[in-house]
Amino acid sequence: MVSFKLNGQRVSAESGATVLETARFYGVPIPTLCEMEGLTPFGGCRLCIVEVGEGEAAKLVTACTAPAQEGLRVRTASKRVIASRRMIVELLLASCPQSKVVQDLAAAMGVHQQRFRQEHEDCLLCGRCVRMCKEQMMSGAIGFQGRGGDRRISTPFDAKSDVCRRCGGCIYVCPACQLRCTFNDPERAVCGGCANLSPPCVGHGQFDDMQCYMDPCAACRIAGA
Amino acid sequence: MNTAEIQGIVAKHQGHPGEVLSILEDLQSRFSYLPEEALRFVAEKTGRPLRDLYGVATFYKMFSFRPRGKHLVSVCLGTACHVRRATLVAEEFEQKLAVKPGETTPDKQITLETVNCVGACALGPIVVVDGHYFPNVKRTTVQKILERTRNEGPRDDPNKDPRIFPVEVRCPRCNHTLMDPENPLEGHPSVRVTISFGANHGCLRLSSLYGSFTIACDFETPPDAVVHFFCPYCHAELLGATSCMECAAPMVPMVIEGGGIVQICSRYGCKGHLLDL
Repeated sequence: MVSFKLNGQRVSAESGATVLETARFYGVPIPTLCEMEGLTPFGGCRLCIVEVGEGEAAKLVTACTAPAQEGLRVRTASKRVIASRRMIVELLLASCPQSKVVQDLAAAMGVHQQRFRQEHEDCLLCGRCVRMCKEQMMSGAIGFQGRGGDRRISTPFDAKSDVCRRCGGCIYVCPACQLRCTFNDPERAVCGGCANLSPPCVGHGQFDDMQCYMDPCAACRIAGA
Repeated sequence: MNTAEIQGIVAKHQGHPGEVLSILEDLQSRFSYLPEEALRFVAEKTGRPLRDLYGVATFYKMFSFRPRGKHLVSVCLGTACHVRRATLVAEEFEQKLAVKPGETTPDKQITLETVNCVGACALGPIVVVDGHYFPNVKRTTVQKILERTRNEGPRDDPNKDPRIFPVEVRCPRCNHTLMDPENPLEGHPSVRVTISFGANHGCLRLSSLYGSFTIACDFETPPDAVVHFFCPYCHAELLGATSCMECAAPMVPMVIEGGGIVQICSRYGCKGHLLDL
């Protein structure tokens, strides 16, 4: 067991636990996006940042990847954390304005508009699908490719994968197209974003079906897209 | 597709940490690109998922999935070059070659690519052709660079290869020149240092051509042995703070006439070296 200070309160955690897990256990809310139960922490979306340390040495770290250590001083809602988090969600909103998940996160933080050019990306690069495929489905058909602005998720050589079992797990966990795949009546959806969402698969040209990495499509037929 | 050849490359690196990058580098230098079948073969042999190999191969700009031409023209578009209008230079290359960055001319001679920084920002806008740096490139000099590239012969002769040039070095401690004009190697004065290995002490002559690895030694040194280098004049050991990037042996620093430091690996047979101008 280790004990550290969370928002000024002394808390204890199992050794090996993360700051995020401890905060959840004590009921301290930390917003997350790329984090998902059953998948390894990724630290990709940066939404769960918390401030660790005191004074000038205080650093912003992602709570999902920060291990709980003896003597830490963690603040989950300091001015700096809130400001950074709002900026991050604003940027996420700009890249994926149609995502219901991001919209909800933004609304919860009081971010009602964003200043940046909307990109209407199909992917937030949260890596949920990659980890789902690898860790839960034991398949590993898709992975990250390229870097920087060219970073994207696809199958090697954008070809139909030999190891894909068409389980649909990648689509099920996707925060960018969740609405399309989990809501079977797009017309009645809250934001209507799904109606004009272009699914990630179409851009690759390899798959004519409305399906990311799977051929033929299964989940989208249910969604009626 | 020569399976045995790829098998050889895989076997050479298998088991080492960081084997993937070494294998991909060897494949890239052998085929001038990464063929899909080769990558699938490597995935099968190393037991690493193809998506990881593909991820690594797309992450680094040095890898290509299409065959590259005989010459590689890299136009730097890093920040320092960018503010000096490197984009115009890149455009000029695109027009003159009629290809986009990342593409190869139809005659398979020249591949054009843009890179983000080559670490020579003071010389920008900079263009690197087959490892040779062209500083302060303007739109008007593009044609000259291309002509020179097209006319270049094979790179076997060290005296004709522009990447190989003679350097004059001094001892970093006593500043005495290490050049030995009386015993030339490859037509240039050699660099004379004293080395010791175990109980052996003797004289070692290095070729002063940067990029050539010719040496002459008084006694037989077993390959892969790390030897100590000494200045023949002040007898101080030539020992730097850095270690070789290839084999982690200590590097031997020498001061270049006119400014800069060249560091060579102290391991016999290792070609690790570093040039800092």
